[in-house]
Amino acid sequence: MSVDTRPADAAPGRPSRQALSALLYRRGRLRLAGLLTAPAAWLILVYIAALSALLITALWTVDTFTGKVSTTWTLDNLIQVTTDPVYQTIALRTLRIAVLVTVVDMVLALPIAFFIAKVASPRWRGVLVVAILMPLWASYLVKAYAWRNVLAEGGLLEWLGINSPGYSEAAVVIALSYIWLPYMILPIHAGFERVPDSLLEASSDLGAKPLATLRLVILPILVPSIIAGTIFTFALTLGDYITAQIVGGTTQMLGTVVYANVGAANNLPLASAVALIPIAVIMAYLLIVRRTGALNNL
Amino acid sequence: MKLSRSARITLGTLTAVVLLFIYVPLLLVVVNSFNSDRSFGWPPRSFTLEWWSRAFQSEGVREAIATSLWVALISTAISLILGTLLALALQRHDFFGKDVINLLVILPIALPGIVTGIALNNLFTTVLGVSLSLWTVIIAHATFCMVTVFNNAIARLRRTNSSLEEASSDLGAGIFTTFRLVTLPQLRSALVAGGLLAFALSFDEIIVTTFTIGAGQQTLPVWILNNLFRPNQAPVVNVVAVVLIIASVVPVWLAQRLSGDAIGMTRSRKKASPGITKASSTAR
Amino acid sequence: MARTQSALPLLCLTTATLLALTACGTSNGSTEGQGSAPELTAQAEVGEGEGSLSILAWPGYVEDGTNDPAVDWVSSFEEETGCMVDFKPFGTSDEAVTLMRSGQYDVVSASGDASLRLIAGGDVEPVNVDLVESYEGIYPFLKDQLWNTVDGVNYGVPHGWGANVLMYRADQVTPAPTSWRSVFDDAEQNSGKVTAYDSPIYIADAAVYLMAHNPDLGITNPYALDADQLAAAVDLLKAQREHVGEYWSDVVKEVQSFASGSSVIGTTWQVGANIAQADGADVKTVLPEEGATGWSDTWMIGAESEHKNCAYKWLDHIASPEINAQVAEYFGESPATPAACELTQDASHCETYHSGDEEYASQIWYWTTPVADCIDGRTDVECTDYSEWTKAWTEIKG
Repeated sequence: MSVDTRPADAAPGRPSRQALSALLYRRGRLRLAGLLTAPAAWLILVYIAALSALLITALWTVDTFTGKVSTTWTLDNLIQVTTDPVYQTIALRTLRIAVLVTVVDMVLALPIAFFIAKVASPRWRGVLVVAILMPLWASYLVKAYAWRNVLAEGGLLEWLGINSPGYSEAAVVIALSYIWLPYMILPIHAGFERVPDSLLEASSDLGAKPLATLRLVILPILVPSIIAGTIFTFALTLGDYITAQIVGGTTQMLGTVVYANVGAANNLPLASAVALIPIAVIMAYLLIVRRTGALNNL
Repeated sequence: MKLSRSARITLGTLTAVVLLFIYVPLLLVVVNSFNSDRSFGWPPRSFTLEWWSRAFQSEGVREAIATSLWVALISTAISLILGTLLALALQRHDFFGKDVINLLVILPIALPGIVTGIALNNLFTTVLGVSLSLWTVIIAHATFCMVTVFNNAIARLRRTNSSLEEASSDLGAGIFTTFRLVTLPQLRSALVAGGLLAFALSFDEIIVTTFTIGAGQQTLPVWILNNLFRPNQAPVVNVVAVVLIIASVVPVWLAQRLSGDAIGMTRSRKKASPGITKASSTAR
Repeated sequence: MARTQSALPLLCLTTATLLALTACGTSNGSTEGQGSAPELTAQAEVGEGEGSLSILAWPGYVEDGTNDPAVDWVSSFEEETGCMVDFKPFGTSDEAVTLMRSGQYDVVSASGDASLRLIAGGDVEPVNVDLVESYEGIYPFLKDQLWNTVDGVNYGVPHGWGANVLMYRADQVTPAPTSWRSVFDDAEQNSGKVTAYDSPIYIADAAVYLMAHNPDLGITNPYALDADQLAAAVDLLKAQREHVGEYWSDVVKEVQSFASGSSVIGTTWQVGANIAQADGADVKTVLPEEGATGWSDTWMIGAESEHKNCAYKWLDHIASPEINAQVAEYFGESPATPAACELTQDASHCETYHSGDEEYASQIWYWTTPVADCIDGRTDVECTDYSEWTKAWTEIKG
């Protein structure tokens, strides 16, 4: 930016505001502080503070009778969570469900997002985007419950002559894929829109078949968008417990255990220790994908 | 893109199938809102309007919807301010710890809701000793809604270069005037898109809300959770869901009015960048 | 990445500060005495109402017409006493305990698995039942029980009660079951269609079964299990899990499964059977020969309440036959007072719920919080407490 202008002289408005404006203009650091202070303070004081407090709680224990957290330091909770086979089984199952949901959503989202962004006529495009957005507003709980009716014995699925998986892990995967699908379609759709038509034309002019164009031109541009979508579906699934309760039959997820320990057993330290598992998984995933630039595409 | 006719048809069919997958369960909710069977037996034996009339008489639902709208509006407003500030700070400046902040802002949405929920519950009740209320819900919601605003805003800032802003100050406009007349109009549609998503996230959020809401308060999802599990109320919940789906046309329509190019409508403005145009013309 | 690393000390500093901050908010290591109740005295008289009352209760116990204009017993209370009601529902007994600890509530409807903890924690105070006019009309077998009375001191007024009975699809399960055996040792016959209550307290159901069929274990109270007895119950439940189609925690969800046939046999509340029957499902219930678990709720008064006159007025209001009949019918449980049976809209309500049937009531083991001091009187062993039950429950579900 050019520094030699003197905006303070020229800017309209009240003098004090003028002076502030001029000050901020000259002092980049000050301007940055003005922008950054509020949001950074919010994130650190509210969120990071809460997370740190939670992690510390994992090292404490709970007084079994009064149910109050007592600040006796112990590694018991962490040891129990990492060594007890039950928690390993549940963690692996949750991870499996999250991966499956993510893959299913990816497979469903790619063609529909491509169709909306690149094939449909402009008038249809608007209609289709609204059609994708609308279900976002029907309550999550209602959608999960609707799947209960679909999957029940003698429910819609069997009524239509399709074999229902019943209330099971498969049901959880189906219902969660359904509920999070718009969160995958939206970023991928935005990604397709960022691929200029001219680039596609160039590719086909140079003799590439559509599939080759897809693989060599579109996909590389699209990868960050896909990853952005996966962060949503993966993370949202990893922390779910309500859908598992509604259609899961006997399926337990990590969220179920955390909820049982907070909501029912009053054992916040153990719940915190269990919560460390999804935190670790997500952090690892974020650190891996940050290089792809996907975090800028959420 | 030049696709063969059969490829277009295949893609169209796939889209139709996915849309069917999306809408069949919703249709089921509509049908069940008229199903006289309280446990939604299928196929319905008989139909009734009882649930609809009950839903319209229910003061609890109306209050819950009002509460949800209020919570979503305030959290969206807060996240609009914080998200925009953060996007401006991160896009227009370079500073120590920028990467950390960049990762930090994503955490509230990337970490599972139950983690955020118990962490904030613990912070409010144990660490700070404040009693839970609608304000604690708003704080929680604003924290994870911020990221949708931030991401939309920073994506737009990245695509618009700062030459217009420089021109503005060169012409003598103050920093606030420049923001109001130059930066904000450029950001508007991105902020509408981000704000809308933030609003939707807050309006439907249940897990974090469960852990941060105070005594006697209920947002709509909390009302639904409480009533889904009561024999005489569960069908009324279906009615509410149907009304919500229909009513959702309003915010979506509003967003498109407010910004010619909200979510998904960005195409018309985004012409191919000059470099790529050049490339394709040389190829020709 | 280099920048990230250099910012780490900053984060560490923040964390350290928070650590100090967090320590302030929680109690420090000490354990309170177990079992005995703190010295608190009951009111001697009831004066004028204080104008407001905040109630913590199971959903469905406090209805003011906002959910259904026809269901309202709060408005009449507000008109009569001038005490304006503020209501907070809770989902589980543990949530009730946590919320009651905050001292924000004047009265609470506590189930047996919460009441003792509230008494021991000093969160509720003794209730002078002479000041509650309706108390006299309550069934004698609900009074002075383990979960509402400690050392002869009353801590509340009984509300309704119910049993966790066995429900089955009469058209699919033959012959009609008479024993819990059909969901435990014989669960295989209906594999994949057995259902069970989704809470650690369900371990007591297994204990009731073991008590009758495996006397060598020496279980005399299903809520007082030592480590070996708990392990036996856990094994039984793990074997049962192979055949469980789903665990239920809300009764509507369960009814749906029975109606569709996804579940055909399992534990239920009577209200669930009634809904299913009303919707045309061919289900029947039975109180199995081994007896059953059940619940009995108690209205209690918060020790720190500043609206005690209103609280006493509420206890009297809710236990009065007319109101008690409404609540019992809306919630689907047996009323606490025989006079209520004359006033229910469905004349056979009390019959359906076995109200006043002492023989029936005597077969029920009411929910009680498992604690380390065995409540069956054993002193030579330590019993497993609720947090151990919770861990066991996680393990059972796997």
